[in-house]
Amino acid sequence: MAYSEKVIDHYNNPRNMGSFKKDDDGVGTGIVGAPECGDVMKLQIKVENDTIVDAKFKTFGCGSAIASSSLATEWLKGKTVEEAGQIKNTEIVEELNLPPVKIHCSVLAEDAIKGALNDYKKKAEMKLQQEETTASASS
Amino acid sequence: MKLPIYMDNHSTTPCDPRVVDAMLPYFTEKFGNSASRNHSFGWEAEEGVDTARKQIAKLINADSKEIVFTSGATESNNLALKGVAEMYREKGDHIITSSTEHRAVIDPAKSLEKKGVKVTYLSVDKTGTVNPDDVRNAITDKTILISIMLANNEIGTINPIKEIGKIAKEKGVLFHCDATQGVGKIPVNVQELGVDLMSFSAHKIYGPKGIGALYVRRRAPRVRLVPMLDGGGHERGMRSGTLPVPLIVGFGKAAELCEQEMATESVRMMALRDRLKAGIMGAMEEVYLNGHPTERLPGNLNISFAYVEGEALLMGVKEIALSSGSACTSATLEPSYVLRALGVGSDLAHSSIRFGIGRFTTEEEVDYTIDRMLKAVNHLREMSPLYEMAKEGIDLSTVEWAAH
Repeated sequence: MAYSEKVIDHYNNPRNMGSFKKDDDGVGTGIVGAPECGDVMKLQIKVENDTIVDAKFKTFGCGSAIASSSLATEWLKGKTVEEAGQIKNTEIVEELNLPPVKIHCSVLAEDAIKGALNDYKKKAEMKLQQEETTASASS
Repeated sequence: MKLPIYMDNHSTTPCDPRVVDAMLPYFTEKFGNSASRNHSFGWEAEEGVDTARKQIAKLINADSKEIVFTSGATESNNLALKGVAEMYREKGDHIITSSTEHRAVIDPAKSLEKKGVKVTYLSVDKTGTVNPDDVRNAITDKTILISIMLANNEIGTINPIKEIGKIAKEKGVLFHCDATQGVGKIPVNVQELGVDLMSFSAHKIYGPKGIGALYVRRRAPRVRLVPMLDGGGHERGMRSGTLPVPLIVGFGKAAELCEQEMATESVRMMALRDRLKAGIMGAMEEVYLNGHPTERLPGNLNISFAYVEGEALLMGVKEIALSSGSACTSATLEPSYVLRALGVGSDLAHSSIRFGIGRFTTEEEVDYTIDRMLKAVNHLREMSPLYEMAKEGIDLSTVEWAAH
Protein backbone atom coordinates (compact mmCIF):
# COMPACT_ATOMS: atom_id res chain seq x y z
CA MET A 1 0.00 0.00 0.00
CA ALA A 2 1.40 3.39 -0.90
CA TYR A 3 1.39 6.15 1.67
CA SER A 4 0.38 9.70 0.88
CA GLU A 5 3.13 12.30 0.64
CA LYS A 6 1.87 13.96 3.80
CA VAL A 7 2.07 10.73 5.81
CA ILE A 8 5.61 10.16 4.57
CA ASP A 9 6.56 13.73 5.47
CA HIS A 10 5.24 13.39 9.03
CA TYR A 11 7.02 10.05 9.36
CA ASN A 12 10.36 11.43 8.19
CA ASN A 13 10.01 14.77 9.97
CA PRO A 14 7.76 14.22 12.96
CA ARG A 15 6.47 17.52 14.39
CA ASN A 16 6.63 18.12 18.11
CA MET A 17 7.96 14.70 18.94
CA GLY A 18 8.85 14.32 22.61
CA SER A 19 7.43 14.52 26.12
CA PHE A 20 6.50 16.99 28.86
CA LYS A 21 6.74 16.11 32.51
CA LYS A 22 3.33 14.70 33.32
CA ASP A 23 3.09 16.46 36.66
CA ASP A 24 4.00 19.92 35.43
CA ASP A 25 1.43 22.66 35.75
CA GLY A 26 -0.94 22.92 32.81
CA VAL A 27 0.16 19.64 31.23
CA GLY A 28 -2.48 17.15 30.10
CA THR A 29 -1.53 13.64 28.96
CA GLY A 30 -3.56 11.19 26.90
CA ILE A 31 -2.30 7.66 26.34
CA VAL A 32 -4.48 5.45 24.16
CA GLY A 33 -4.15 2.10 22.39
CA ALA A 34 -2.33 -1.04 23.48
CA PRO A 35 0.89 -2.75 22.40
CA GLU A 36 -1.11 -5.91 21.58
CA CYS A 37 -3.11 -3.93 19.05
CA GLY A 38 0.01 -2.52 17.46
CA ASP A 39 -0.78 1.10 18.32
CA VAL A 40 0.01 3.21 21.38
CA MET A 41 -0.24 6.99 21.21
CA LYS A 42 0.86 9.44 23.85
CA LEU A 43 -0.32 12.97 23.27
CA GLN A 44 0.47 15.85 25.62
CA ILE A 45 -0.69 19.45 25.76
CA LYS A 46 0.62 22.40 27.73
CA VAL A 47 -2.10 24.92 28.58
CA GLU A 48 -1.70 28.53 29.68
CA ASN A 49 -4.72 30.77 30.19
CA ASP A 50 -7.01 28.23 28.58
CA THR A 51 -4.89 28.17 25.39
CA ILE A 52 -2.74 25.24 24.24
CA VAL A 53 0.70 26.80 23.97
CA ASP A 54 2.58 23.59 23.17
CA ALA A 55 1.88 19.96 22.29
CA LYS A 56 4.02 16.84 22.05
CA PHE A 57 3.53 13.24 20.97
CA LYS A 58 5.15 9.83 21.02
CA THR A 59 3.65 7.00 19.03
CA PHE A 60 4.20 3.28 18.66
CA GLY A 61 2.34 2.30 15.53
CA CYS A 62 2.35 2.31 11.77
CA GLY A 63 3.23 5.32 9.64
CA SER A 64 -0.38 6.50 9.54
CA ALA A 65 -0.61 6.41 13.33
CA ILE A 66 2.61 8.41 13.62
CA ALA A 67 1.41 10.94 11.06
CA SER A 68 -2.04 11.25 12.70
CA SER A 69 -0.54 12.09 16.08
CA SER A 70 2.14 14.35 14.62
CA LEU A 71 -0.54 16.28 12.73
CA ALA A 72 -2.70 16.45 15.85
CA THR A 73 0.07 18.27 17.76
CA GLU A 74 0.32 20.84 14.96
CA TRP A 75 -3.39 21.45 15.03
CA LEU A 76 -3.59 21.66 18.82
CA LYS A 77 -1.09 24.47 19.21
CA GLY A 78 -2.78 27.83 19.53
CA LYS A 79 -6.26 26.40 20.05
CA THR A 80 -8.29 26.96 23.20
CA VAL A 81 -9.20 23.89 25.22
CA GLU A 82 -12.72 24.08 23.91
CA GLU A 83 -11.65 24.43 20.27
CA ALA A 84 -9.30 21.49 20.64
CA GLY A 85 -12.21 19.33 21.72
CA GLN A 86 -13.83 19.95 18.34
CA ILE A 87 -11.10 18.25 16.29
CA LYS A 88 -12.63 15.29 14.48
CA ASN A 89 -10.91 12.17 13.20
CA THR A 90 -12.50 12.70 9.79
CA GLU A 91 -10.53 15.91 9.39
CA ILE A 92 -7.32 13.97 10.02
CA VAL A 93 -8.37 11.32 7.46
CA GLU A 94 -8.97 14.04 4.91
CA GLU A 95 -5.76 15.96 5.57
CA LEU A 96 -3.56 12.84 5.40
CA ASN A 97 -5.53 10.98 2.69
CA LEU A 98 -5.78 7.91 4.89
CA PRO A 99 -7.21 4.80 3.20
CA PRO A 100 -10.15 2.98 4.87
CA VAL A 101 -7.92 0.40 6.63
CA LYS A 102 -6.09 3.27 8.37
CA ILE A 103 -9.09 5.16 9.66
CA HIS A 104 -8.58 3.60 13.09
CA CYS A 105 -5.30 5.56 13.33
CA SER A 106 -7.21 8.83 13.09
CA VAL A 107 -9.78 7.62 15.62
CA LEU A 108 -6.93 6.85 17.97
CA ALA A 109 -5.54 10.37 17.50
CA GLU A 110 -8.93 11.89 18.31
CA ASP A 111 -9.14 9.70 21.40
CA ALA A 112 -5.64 10.79 22.43
CA ILE A 113 -6.62 14.46 22.07
CA LYS A 114 -9.72 13.87 24.21
CA GLY A 115 -7.62 11.95 26.73
CA ALA A 116 -5.12 14.79 27.02
CA LEU A 117 -7.87 17.42 27.36
CA ASN A 118 -9.69 15.39 30.03
CA ASP A 119 -6.47 14.86 31.94
CA TYR A 120 -5.76 18.58 31.82
CA LYS A 121 -9.29 19.46 32.98
CA LYS A 122 -9.14 16.93 35.79
CA LYS A 123 -5.81 18.27 36.98
CA ALA A 124 -7.07 21.86 36.75
CA GLU A 125 -10.14 21.00 38.82
CA MET A 126 -8.09 19.21 41.44
CA LYS A 127 -5.76 22.17 41.65
CA LEU A 128 -8.72 24.50 42.08
CA GLN A 129 -10.14 22.32 44.83
CA GLN A 130 -6.78 22.21 46.59
CA GLU A 131 -6.49 25.97 46.41
CA GLU A 132 -10.01 26.35 47.83
CA THR A 133 -9.21 23.95 50.67
CA THR A 134 -5.99 25.79 51.47
CA ALA A 135 -7.80 29.12 51.23
CA SER A 136 -10.61 28.05 53.58
CA ALA A 137 -8.11 26.45 56.01
CA SER A 138 -6.07 29.64 56.24
CA SER A 139 -9.11 31.92 56.71
CA MET B 1 24.66 -1.42 -5.69
CA LYS B 2 21.23 -0.86 -7.17
CA LEU B 3 18.19 0.27 -5.20
CA PRO B 4 15.62 -0.94 -4.29
CA ILE B 5 17.03 -4.11 -2.76
CA TYR B 6 14.97 -7.27 -2.91
CA MET B 7 15.09 -9.18 0.37
CA ASP B 8 11.72 -10.88 0.32
CA ASN B 9 12.68 -14.16 -1.31
CA HIS B 10 10.16 -16.22 0.69
CA SER B 11 7.44 -14.32 -1.06
CA THR B 12 8.74 -14.97 -4.52
CA THR B 13 12.04 -15.09 -6.37
CA PRO B 14 13.12 -13.53 -9.64
CA CYS B 15 13.42 -15.89 -12.60
CA ASP B 16 16.99 -16.97 -13.14
CA PRO B 17 18.04 -15.68 -16.60
CA ARG B 18 19.06 -19.24 -17.50
CA VAL B 19 15.47 -20.31 -16.77
CA VAL B 20 14.09 -17.60 -19.05
CA ASP B 21 16.48 -18.67 -21.83
CA ALA B 22 15.24 -22.23 -21.57
CA MET B 23 11.60 -21.11 -21.71
CA LEU B 24 11.71 -18.69 -24.63
CA PRO B 25 11.65 -21.13 -27.58
CA TYR B 26 8.51 -22.72 -26.13
CA PHE B 27 6.51 -19.53 -26.57
CA THR B 28 7.19 -19.10 -30.29
CA GLU B 29 8.81 -21.99 -32.17
CA LYS B 30 7.95 -24.97 -29.97
CA PHE B 31 4.48 -23.76 -29.11
CA GLY B 32 2.67 -27.08 -29.63
CA ASN B 33 0.19 -28.72 -27.30
CA SER B 34 2.04 -31.49 -25.52
CA ALA B 35 -1.09 -33.63 -25.79
CA SER B 36 -1.10 -33.46 -29.61
CA ARG B 37 0.05 -36.89 -30.66
CA ASN B 38 -0.17 -36.52 -34.41
CA HIS B 39 2.45 -33.97 -35.36
CA SER B 40 5.92 -32.78 -34.57
CA PHE B 41 4.69 -29.61 -32.82
CA GLY B 42 3.04 -31.78 -30.19
CA TRP B 43 6.03 -34.10 -29.97
CA GLU B 44 8.60 -31.39 -29.30
CA ALA B 45 6.35 -29.82 -26.67
CA GLU B 46 5.93 -33.21 -25.04
CA GLU B 47 9.67 -33.71 -25.12
CA GLY B 48 10.11 -30.42 -23.27
CA VAL B 49 7.59 -31.50 -20.65
CA ASP B 50 9.20 -34.92 -20.26
CA THR B 51 12.63 -33.41 -19.70
CA ALA B 52 11.25 -30.97 -17.14
CA ARG B 53 9.39 -33.72 -15.35
CA LYS B 54 12.65 -35.66 -15.02
CA GLN B 55 14.57 -32.61 -13.80
CA ILE B 56 11.94 -31.92 -11.16
CA ALA B 57 11.66 -35.57 -10.11
CA LYS B 58 15.43 -35.75 -9.75
CA LEU B 59 15.50 -32.77 -7.39
CA ILE B 60 13.26 -34.63 -4.92
CA ASN B 61 14.34 -38.20 -5.80
CA ALA B 62 10.95 -39.20 -7.19
CA ASP B 63 9.91 -41.01 -10.34
CA SER B 64 8.94 -38.58 -13.09
CA LYS B 65 5.53 -40.29 -13.34
CA GLU B 66 4.86 -39.15 -9.79
CA ILE B 67 4.93 -35.44 -10.68
CA VAL B 68 1.51 -33.86 -11.25
CA PHE B 69 1.70 -30.33 -12.62
CA THR B 70 -0.62 -27.72 -11.10
CA SER B 71 -0.91 -23.94 -11.17
CA GLY B 72 1.15 -23.64 -8.00
CA ALA B 73 1.55 -24.82 -4.44
CA THR B 74 -1.86 -23.47 -3.40
CA GLU B 75 -3.54 -25.72 -5.93
CA SER B 76 -1.28 -28.62 -4.99
CA ASN B 77 -2.23 -28.25 -1.33
CA ASN B 78 -5.91 -28.02 -2.18
CA LEU B 79 -5.69 -31.08 -4.42
CA ALA B 80 -3.84 -33.08 -1.78
CA LEU B 81 -6.18 -32.31 1.10
CA LYS B 82 -9.50 -32.25 -0.72
CA GLY B 83 -8.55 -35.01 -3.16
CA VAL B 84 -7.51 -37.38 -0.37
CA ALA B 85 -10.44 -36.48 1.88
CA GLU B 86 -12.89 -37.27 -0.87
CA MET B 87 -11.16 -40.38 -2.17
CA TYR B 88 -10.73 -41.98 1.25
CA ARG B 89 -14.00 -40.78 2.75
CA GLU B 90 -15.16 -44.30 3.48
CA LYS B 91 -11.92 -45.17 5.21
CA GLY B 92 -12.04 -42.24 7.60
CA ASP B 93 -12.78 -38.58 8.18
CA HIS B 94 -9.89 -37.24 10.24
CA ILE B 95 -6.97 -35.06 9.14
CA ILE B 96 -4.01 -33.93 11.24
CA THR B 97 -2.18 -30.73 10.45
CA SER B 98 -0.44 -27.95 12.40
CA SER B 99 -1.34 -24.43 13.46
CA THR B 100 1.57 -22.81 11.62
CA GLU B 101 0.81 -24.20 8.18
CA HIS B 102 0.42 -21.80 5.28
CA ARG B 103 -3.08 -20.52 4.64
CA ALA B 104 -3.16 -22.72 1.53
CA VAL B 105 -3.29 -25.73 3.88
CA ILE B 106 -5.25 -24.23 6.79
CA ASP B 107 -8.04 -22.89 4.58
CA PRO B 108 -8.68 -26.14 2.62
CA ALA B 109 -8.70 -27.91 6.01
CA LYS B 110 -11.26 -25.39 7.29
CA SER B 111 -13.33 -25.87 4.17
CA LEU B 112 -13.25 -29.65 4.71
CA GLU B 113 -14.37 -29.13 8.30
CA LYS B 114 -17.52 -27.48 6.97
CA LYS B 115 -18.15 -30.68 5.05
CA GLY B 116 -17.91 -32.81 8.18
CA VAL B 117 -14.22 -33.74 8.14
CA LYS B 118 -12.56 -33.54 11.55
CA VAL B 119 -9.28 -31.67 11.65
CA THR B 120 -6.68 -31.61 14.43
CA TYR B 121 -4.43 -28.54 14.38
CA LEU B 122 -1.31 -29.48 16.33
CA SER B 123 0.38 -26.74 18.29
CA VAL B 124 4.10 -26.12 17.90
CA ASP B 125 6.84 -25.41 20.42
CA LYS B 126 8.40 -21.98 20.86
CA THR B 127 10.78 -22.57 17.94
CA GLY B 128 7.84 -23.40 15.68
CA THR B 129 8.59 -27.11 15.48
CA VAL B 130 5.94 -29.83 15.36
CA ASN B 131 6.59 -32.61 17.86
CA PRO B 132 6.39 -36.03 16.12
CA ASP B 133 5.00 -37.53 19.34
CA ASP B 134 2.05 -35.14 19.09
CA VAL B 135 1.41 -36.44 15.59
CA ARG B 136 1.50 -40.03 16.85
CA ASN B 137 -0.85 -39.26 19.71
CA ALA B 138 -3.34 -37.49 17.46
CA ILE B 139 -3.74 -40.44 15.08
CA THR B 140 -7.02 -42.33 15.40
CA ASP B 141 -8.40 -45.23 13.36
CA LYS B 142 -10.30 -42.61 11.37
CA THR B 143 -7.19 -40.61 10.39
CA ILE B 144 -6.71 -40.57 6.62
CA LEU B 145 -4.12 -37.83 6.19
CA ILE B 146 -1.33 -36.02 7.99
CA SER B 147 -0.28 -32.69 6.47
CA ILE B 148 2.79 -30.99 7.93
CA MET B 149 4.92 -28.37 6.23
CA LEU B 150 8.63 -28.91 5.59
CA ALA B 151 9.73 -25.37 6.37
CA ASN B 152 7.71 -22.42 7.57
CA ASN B 153 7.32 -19.45 5.26
CA GLU B 154 7.60 -16.83 8.02
CA ILE B 155 10.12 -18.14 10.49
CA GLY B 156 11.91 -20.72 8.32
CA THR B 157 11.74 -23.46 10.94
CA ILE B 158 12.35 -26.91 9.44
CA ASN B 159 10.09 -29.66 10.80
CA PRO B 160 11.24 -33.23 11.58
CA ILE B 161 9.51 -34.58 8.47
CA LYS B 162 11.47 -37.84 8.41
CA GLU B 163 10.31 -38.77 11.92
CA ILE B 164 6.72 -37.87 11.11
CA GLY B 165 6.97 -39.88 7.87
CA LYS B 166 8.04 -42.95 9.84
CA ILE B 167 5.06 -42.62 12.15
CA ALA B 168 2.68 -42.16 9.21
CA LYS B 169 4.04 -45.28 7.54
CA GLU B 170 3.88 -47.28 10.73
CA LYS B 171 0.25 -46.29 11.26
CA GLY B 172 -0.70 -46.64 7.61
CA VAL B 173 -1.78 -43.01 7.27
CA LEU B 174 -1.06 -40.95 4.14
CA PHE B 175 1.41 -38.13 4.66
CA HIS B 176 1.32 -34.86 2.74
CA CYS B 177 4.05 -32.27 3.08
CA ASP B 178 3.83 -28.66 1.92
CA ALA B 179 7.46 -28.25 0.91
CA THR B 180 7.06 -24.99 -0.98
CA GLN B 181 9.72 -23.14 1.02
CA GLY B 182 12.10 -26.05 1.38
CA VAL B 183 12.42 -27.61 -2.07
CA GLY B 184 15.42 -26.24 -3.90
CA LYS B 185 16.83 -24.70 -0.72
CA ILE B 186 17.59 -27.77 1.37
CA PRO B 187 17.99 -31.41 0.30
CA VAL B 188 14.58 -33.03 -0.14
CA ASN B 189 14.31 -36.76 -0.78
CA VAL B 190 10.76 -38.11 -0.83
CA GLN B 191 11.97 -41.64 -0.14
CA GLU B 192 14.02 -40.67 2.90
CA LEU B 193 11.34 -38.33 4.20
CA GLY B 194 8.61 -40.92 3.74
CA VAL B 195 6.11 -38.50 2.26
CA ASP B 196 3.27 -39.71 0.03
CA LEU B 197 2.24 -36.34 -1.33
CA MET B 198 4.30 -33.18 -1.56
CA SER B 199 3.48 -29.67 -2.79
CA PHE B 200 5.97 -27.19 -4.21
CA SER B 201 6.17 -24.48 -6.84
CA ALA B 202 8.50 -22.94 -9.40
CA HIS B 203 8.44 -19.29 -8.44
CA LYS B 204 10.06 -19.93 -5.06
CA ILE B 205 13.07 -21.53 -6.77
CA TYR B 206 13.85 -18.91 -9.43
CA GLY B 207 11.34 -20.30 -11.90
CA PRO B 208 8.21 -18.73 -13.35
CA LYS B 209 4.97 -17.99 -11.49
CA GLY B 210 1.86 -20.00 -12.32
CA ILE B 211 3.34 -23.47 -12.22
CA GLY B 212 3.73 -25.90 -9.36
CA ALA B 213 3.65 -29.60 -8.72
CA LEU B 214 2.16 -32.19 -6.48
CA TYR B 215 4.27 -35.26 -5.95
CA VAL B 216 1.90 -38.23 -5.72
CA ARG B 217 3.46 -41.56 -4.69
CA ARG B 218 2.78 -44.43 -7.07
CA ARG B 219 4.07 -47.37 -5.06
CA ALA B 220 3.91 -48.46 -1.44
CA PRO B 221 1.35 -47.02 -1.14
CA ARG B 222 -0.23 -46.05 -4.44
CA VAL B 223 -1.97 -42.78 -3.62
CA ARG B 224 -5.23 -41.98 -5.34
CA LEU B 225 -6.99 -38.63 -5.50
CA VAL B 226 -10.33 -37.29 -6.59
CA PRO B 227 -9.44 -34.50 -9.05
CA MET B 228 -10.57 -30.93 -8.57
CA LEU B 229 -10.87 -30.32 -12.31
CA ASP B 230 -12.61 -32.66 -14.74
CA GLY B 231 -11.65 -32.56 -18.36
CA GLY B 232 -9.14 -34.07 -20.72
CA GLY B 233 -7.68 -36.39 -18.11
CA HIS B 234 -4.17 -34.93 -18.18
CA GLU B 235 -1.65 -35.73 -15.46
CA ARG B 236 -2.89 -39.28 -14.90
CA GLY B 237 -6.42 -37.95 -14.54
CA MET B 238 -5.53 -35.95 -11.43
CA ARG B 239 -5.34 -32.54 -13.05
CA SER B 240 -7.00 -31.89 -16.38
CA GLY B 241 -6.03 -28.92 -18.48
CA THR B 242 -3.58 -28.24 -21.30
CA LEU B 243 -0.09 -28.14 -19.88
CA PRO B 244 1.58 -24.70 -19.85
CA VAL B 245 4.66 -26.01 -21.63
CA PRO B 246 6.87 -22.87 -21.34
CA LEU B 247 6.22 -22.66 -17.61
CA ILE B 248 6.90 -26.35 -17.13
CA VAL B 249 10.16 -26.12 -19.08
CA GLY B 250 11.16 -23.18 -16.87
CA PHE B 251 10.20 -25.10 -13.73
CA GLY B 252 12.37 -27.99 -14.92
CA LYS B 253 15.37 -25.78 -15.62
CA ALA B 254 14.94 -24.05 -12.25
CA ALA B 255 14.87 -27.43 -10.52
CA GLU B 256 17.97 -28.56 -12.36
CA LEU B 257 19.87 -25.40 -11.35
CA CYS B 258 18.87 -25.85 -7.72
CA GLU B 259 19.98 -29.44 -7.76
CA GLN B 260 23.36 -28.53 -9.24
CA GLU B 261 24.03 -25.46 -7.13
CA MET B 262 22.30 -26.14 -3.81
CA ALA B 263 25.42 -27.30 -1.99
CA THR B 264 27.38 -24.12 -2.69
CA GLU B 265 24.40 -21.79 -2.74
CA SER B 266 23.07 -22.78 0.67
CA VAL B 267 26.47 -22.23 2.26
CA ARG B 268 26.70 -18.77 0.71
CA MET B 269 23.17 -17.84 1.74
CA MET B 270 23.67 -19.06 5.27
CA ALA B 271 26.82 -16.95 5.58
CA LEU B 272 24.92 -13.86 4.39
CA ARG B 273 22.05 -14.63 6.73
CA ASP B 274 24.42 -15.00 9.68
CA ARG B 275 26.14 -11.76 8.74
CA LEU B 276 22.79 -9.99 8.71
CA LYS B 277 21.79 -11.57 12.00
CA ALA B 278 25.06 -10.65 13.73
CA GLY B 279 25.01 -7.12 12.28
CA ILE B 280 21.53 -6.43 13.60
CA MET B 281 21.39 -8.43 16.79
CA GLY B 282 24.90 -7.53 17.86
CA ALA B 283 24.28 -3.81 17.55
CA MET B 284 20.86 -3.41 19.17
CA GLU B 285 19.27 -4.14 22.49
CA GLU B 286 15.96 -5.93 22.84
CA VAL B 287 15.81 -7.63 19.49
CA TYR B 288 14.59 -11.21 19.44
CA LEU B 289 15.06 -14.03 16.98
CA ASN B 290 11.83 -15.77 15.99
CA GLY B 291 11.99 -19.43 15.00
CA HIS B 292 14.60 -22.10 15.50
CA PRO B 293 18.23 -21.08 16.16
CA THR B 294 19.67 -23.75 13.84
CA GLU B 295 16.94 -25.83 12.19
CA ARG B 296 15.90 -23.15 9.75
CA LEU B 297 16.05 -22.31 6.05
CA PRO B 298 19.45 -20.98 4.98
CA GLY B 299 18.06 -17.66 3.70
CA ASN B 300 15.60 -16.96 6.50
CA LEU B 301 15.88 -14.48 9.32
CA ASN B 302 12.93 -13.32 11.39
CA ILE B 303 13.48 -10.75 14.13
CA SER B 304 11.21 -8.82 16.49
CA PHE B 305 12.33 -5.29 17.34
CA ALA B 306 10.77 -4.41 20.68
CA TYR B 307 8.96 -1.07 21.01
CA VAL B 308 8.66 -0.41 17.28
CA GLU B 309 5.83 -1.39 15.00
CA GLY B 310 6.71 -3.54 11.99
CA GLU B 311 4.96 -1.59 9.29
CA ALA B 312 6.43 1.68 10.47
CA LEU B 313 9.82 0.01 10.35
CA LEU B 314 9.25 -1.13 6.77
CA MET B 315 8.33 2.44 5.92
CA GLY B 316 11.66 3.59 7.31
CA VAL B 317 13.58 1.22 5.04
CA LYS B 318 11.35 1.56 2.03
CA GLU B 319 14.15 1.01 -0.44
CA ILE B 320 14.52 -2.54 0.92
CA ALA B 321 11.77 -5.04 0.13
CA LEU B 322 10.95 -6.91 3.33
CA SER B 323 7.93 -8.40 5.01
CA SER B 324 6.40 -7.88 8.45
CA GLY B 325 4.23 -9.94 10.76
CA SER B 326 2.56 -6.72 11.78
CA ALA B 327 -1.21 -6.55 11.55
CA CYS B 328 -1.03 -3.23 9.82
CA THR B 329 0.29 -4.89 6.68
CA SER B 330 -2.74 -7.15 6.51
CA ALA B 331 -6.39 -6.36 6.08
CA THR B 332 -7.36 -8.31 9.19
CA LEU B 333 -5.50 -6.16 11.75
CA GLU B 334 -4.43 -9.40 13.45
CA PRO B 335 -0.70 -9.96 13.80
CA SER B 336 0.98 -13.05 12.38
CA TYR B 337 -0.81 -16.23 13.51
CA VAL B 338 2.45 -18.11 13.06
CA LEU B 339 4.29 -15.97 15.60
CA ARG B 340 1.27 -16.13 17.93
CA ALA B 341 1.36 -19.94 17.69
CA LEU B 342 4.97 -19.84 18.89
CA GLY B 343 3.87 -17.96 21.97
CA VAL B 344 5.33 -14.65 20.78
CA GLY B 345 3.31 -11.86 22.43
CA SER B 346 1.09 -9.75 20.17
CA ASP B 347 3.29 -6.74 20.85
CA LEU B 348 6.42 -8.49 19.59
CA ALA B 349 4.48 -10.10 16.74
CA HIS B 350 3.57 -6.59 15.59
CA SER B 351 7.27 -5.75 15.76
CA SER B 352 8.55 -8.56 13.57
CA ILE B 353 10.38 -8.36 10.27
CA ARG B 354 11.13 -11.24 7.92
CA PHE B 355 14.32 -11.08 5.89
CA GLY B 356 14.51 -13.44 2.93
CA ILE B 357 17.96 -13.80 1.41
CA GLY B 358 18.13 -15.31 -2.05
CA ARG B 359 20.37 -16.43 -4.89
CA PHE B 360 21.03 -12.87 -6.04
CA THR B 361 21.53 -11.21 -2.64
CA THR B 362 24.99 -9.65 -2.23
CA GLU B 363 27.15 -8.93 0.80
CA GLU B 364 26.93 -5.22 0.00
CA GLU B 365 23.15 -5.39 0.13
CA VAL B 366 23.27 -7.15 3.48
CA ASP B 367 25.58 -4.51 4.94
CA TYR B 368 23.38 -1.73 3.61
CA THR B 369 20.34 -3.41 5.14
CA ILE B 370 22.03 -3.66 8.54
CA ASP B 371 22.89 0.03 8.48
CA ARG B 372 19.40 1.12 7.41
CA MET B 373 17.69 -1.12 9.95
CA LEU B 374 19.74 0.28 12.81
CA LYS B 375 18.90 3.85 11.80
CA ALA B 376 15.20 3.15 11.31
CA VAL B 377 14.85 1.30 14.61
CA ASN B 378 16.58 4.12 16.47
CA HIS B 379 14.40 6.74 14.77
CA LEU B 380 11.24 4.87 15.78
CA ARG B 381 12.39 4.06 19.30
CA GLU B 382 13.02 7.78 19.82
CA MET B 383 9.40 8.24 18.87
CA SER B 384 8.02 5.28 20.83
CA PRO B 385 6.15 5.88 24.10
CA LEU B 386 6.76 2.22 24.95
CA TYR B 387 10.51 2.63 24.69
CA GLU B 388 10.34 5.71 26.86
CA MET B 389 8.28 3.88 29.48
CA ALA B 390 10.63 0.90 29.44
CA LYS B 391 13.60 3.23 29.88
CA GLU B 392 11.83 4.76 32.91
CA GLY B 393 11.72 1.28 34.37
CA ILE B 394 8.00 0.69 33.87
CA ASP B 395 7.07 -2.94 33.30
CA LEU B 396 4.86 -2.70 30.23
CA SER B 397 3.05 -5.92 31.04
CA THR B 398 1.65 -4.34 34.21
CA VAL B 399 0.24 -1.29 32.46
CA GLU B 400 -3.53 -1.15 32.02
CA TRP B 401 -3.97 -0.15 28.40
CA ALA B 402 -6.96 1.62 27.03
CA ALA B 403 -7.40 -0.96 24.27
CA HIS B 404 -9.48 0.08 21.30
